[in-house]
Amino acid sequence: MIAELGHLALAVALAASVALALLGLGGGAWQQAGVMRQVSNMVALQMAAVTLAFGALTWAFVATDFSVALVAGYAHSALPMTYRFTAVWGNHEGSMLLWVWVLAGWTSALAWRMRGADAAQRARVLGVMGLIGIGFLAFLLFTSNPFLRAWPVPADGQGMNPLLQDPGMIWHPPLLYMGYVGLVVAFAYTVAGLLQGRLDAAWARAIRPWTLVAWAFLTVGIALGSFWAYYELGWGGWWFWDPVENASFMPWLVATALLHSAAMADARGSFRLWTALLALLGFALALLGTFIVRSGVLSSVHAFASDPGRGLFILLFLVLVVGGALALYAWRAPAVGAGASFQGWSREGLLFGQTLLLMVAAASVLLGTLYPMLLDALGLGKLSVGPPYFEAVFAPLMLLVMALMVPGPVLAWRRAVWAWPSRGWLGAAALALALASAVAWWVPGASWATWAGLAMAAWVVLGVARHVLQWLSQPLPRAVRWRTLRGAKGGMWLAHLGVAVFAIGVAVVSTWGHEQDLRLRPGEEMAVGDVRLRFDGITMAPGPNYFAIRASLPMLKNGQTLTTLHPERRLYLANGQTMTEVAIDRSLWRDVYVALGESVGNDAFAFRVHHKPLVNWIWLGCLMMALGGLMAAVDRRRVGPAEGAA
Amino acid sequence: MTARQWRLLWLAAAVLAVGAATTLVLRAFESNLVFFYSPTQVAAHEAPTARAFRVGGLVQQGSVQRASSGLTVNFVVTDGAHQVPVRYTGMLPDLFREGKGVVAQGRLDGSGWFVAQQVLAKHDENYMPPEAAAALQAARTGAATQVASQP
Repeated sequence: MIAELGHLALAVALAASVALALLGLGGGAWQQAGVMRQVSNMVALQMAAVTLAFGALTWAFVATDFSVALVAGYAHSALPMTYRFTAVWGNHEGSMLLWVWVLAGWTSALAWRMRGADAAQRARVLGVMGLIGIGFLAFLLFTSNPFLRAWPVPADGQGMNPLLQDPGMIWHPPLLYMGYVGLVVAFAYTVAGLLQGRLDAAWARAIRPWTLVAWAFLTVGIALGSFWAYYELGWGGWWFWDPVENASFMPWLVATALLHSAAMADARGSFRLWTALLALLGFALALLGTFIVRSGVLSSVHAFASDPGRGLFILLFLVLVVGGALALYAWRAPAVGAGASFQGWSREGLLFGQTLLLMVAAASVLLGTLYPMLLDALGLGKLSVGPPYFEAVFAPLMLLVMALMVPGPVLAWRRAVWAWPSRGWLGAAALALALASAVAWWVPGASWATWAGLAMAAWVVLGVARHVLQWLSQPLPRAVRWRTLRGAKGGMWLAHLGVAVFAIGVAVVSTWGHEQDLRLRPGEEMAVGDVRLRFDGITMAPGPNYFAIRASLPMLKNGQTLTTLHPERRLYLANGQTMTEVAIDRSLWRDVYVALGESVGNDAFAFRVHHKPLVNWIWLGCLMMALGGLMAAVDRRRVGPAEGAA
Repeated sequence: MTARQWRLLWLAAAVLAVGAATTLVLRAFESNLVFFYSPTQVAAHEAPTARAFRVGGLVQQGSVQRASSGLTVNFVVTDGAHQVPVRYTGMLPDLFREGKGVVAQGRLDGSGWFVAQQVLAKHDENYMPPEAAAALQAARTGAATQVASQP
């Protein structure tokens, strides 16, 4: 009964989206005030219906109603309560329902924030959101219905993939979707603006905070996924350039370019067309990512089911949305005009260069991700693109971006005027190089890439420090200072410091991180960094829905036991799958990471042991970026174009 | 210089930078492609000898042998028609099993052994690495054609 209610709710939501698109776009085009007032009701109806559907599916999972095929396929009577909730999105259909729910949430938030805006613009923007809603609700209803019944009703479910039975499952998908889907707002604003033939400063100002919030969510979502893969997969890596990771990383790169470009368009009125293009491409890549992950063209933990009908549907939708948006762009762009002009060696010039570099980076990831799929689809053979490709392309591009991060914010608008005395610049550059050289010289094993990464990180830190010092030297009241610090400027400093922290983490862990696979018998010891691990033996440890063997490895330093690590190997009873549960001794300075492998005879076991210096800086840096983005997003006090031009 | 000249200069620099980046990207791309070969193709000497590649299929029943010390393990990858002996040193993935799908990445060592740097197994019970599935499929249809072409 509950399942049928959910099914019905989805149909209502689809009807509401159709009405929203028609009323919004039609009402906006013909300026019908009465029609446009109905737009809010449709948004509310869509939100309520999708929430009801999501609630119904959650109910089916929590009550383990195995008469619902999806529940039978992905849950089990022994599944702990927390994972019954996350099992809702631990499968293709439920995951798409979450996507639609998040979309309805963004639509509602947008309708609420725009309640005081120009009615015609509001109707158009929400109408575009309705169009996207139609696509995904139709996809859900016609190819991926989560509420189908199973007959005969199985006695028990097949269980959830053990990889997904982890707290990471609670946060990673919703946060990632918040970011992914959030890019739709900038897209809708831009399409509505192009329809109107008007992309003005108000448009740029409107999309900036939305993009910042979506970008912050995307950053945290990707970082969480990376953190999760690090401790769950047992390989000790934090990024694998897997197509699914790339699918979320490409929109992130474009969104990063977009938020900087939108800031320029907001403050200076320049870059309008470039910003519009980035807004369209950002969401296009989010859709492409959905296609890559959801269509079954890929095989990974994220691909739950493969069904060519689904892939075809998303591909068609992708072509319609992206093709339509780009055609609209080509048609309307000349009417919009490029905006204010600028010189190359100005803040705009450098920012344009940076956004261009980010787009080149996104394009290179796209090449490495799509090429194997394309070749496979054409039957020209199977191949994969190795991580060295991505690393070789990425490192130099990101180093260039970091090099430009320092002069950008302090250069004058439009013209080449140094805001710093050149001595200060040279001093900062020399100090950055000296610091990196000192580290690279003192610690053996550094490559030129390590050196360059550290030098650029130091350069960014010094640049931010110099910027802050300059700001502190201005006589300002305390209240103004505080407002700046927690506003857009403070957010920018924090986010840029986050980039430096991230870069230091990556440079250090990829250069001085150490990995070793070895076999140990009880009583044997091994050295990891400045500590030793002793394998004391194996004990049995039953869990709620698995059975585990657990190794005991005291961590010793100078004969003292610091702590004891307990890596496990779990056998999940529902599907007989084995999973490694690693043990990590974490600190800000290094992780000691142990994974327990299979028994190799004579009481000996295989172990994988990592020593990972500064690995946590990678995720710390991401959190700083996201927090900085949120600080900038909530800052209401922005310099207007009129004021900036004076 | 006038604003126009600045802009032209800037444009030229941008074009140059993008061109250089594209060249670097494509070179890195070309040298990092890892091709997939089925055991049948390896047996027919179609696989490269100087370059790393991937081979996939099923782990043959009873073929997994461990060295008495260290973590070296030998196993045979089969697609039903042909076999490739694989040597790997390190921890095997959780889902590595005899009779199940596997993909190994590495090189041929000249004496017929495939020395793997990486062994990938599937992510869950129902799922087979697509390359391994394709190899089995190809071997099956290939074998069928051979049988059919016999007089």
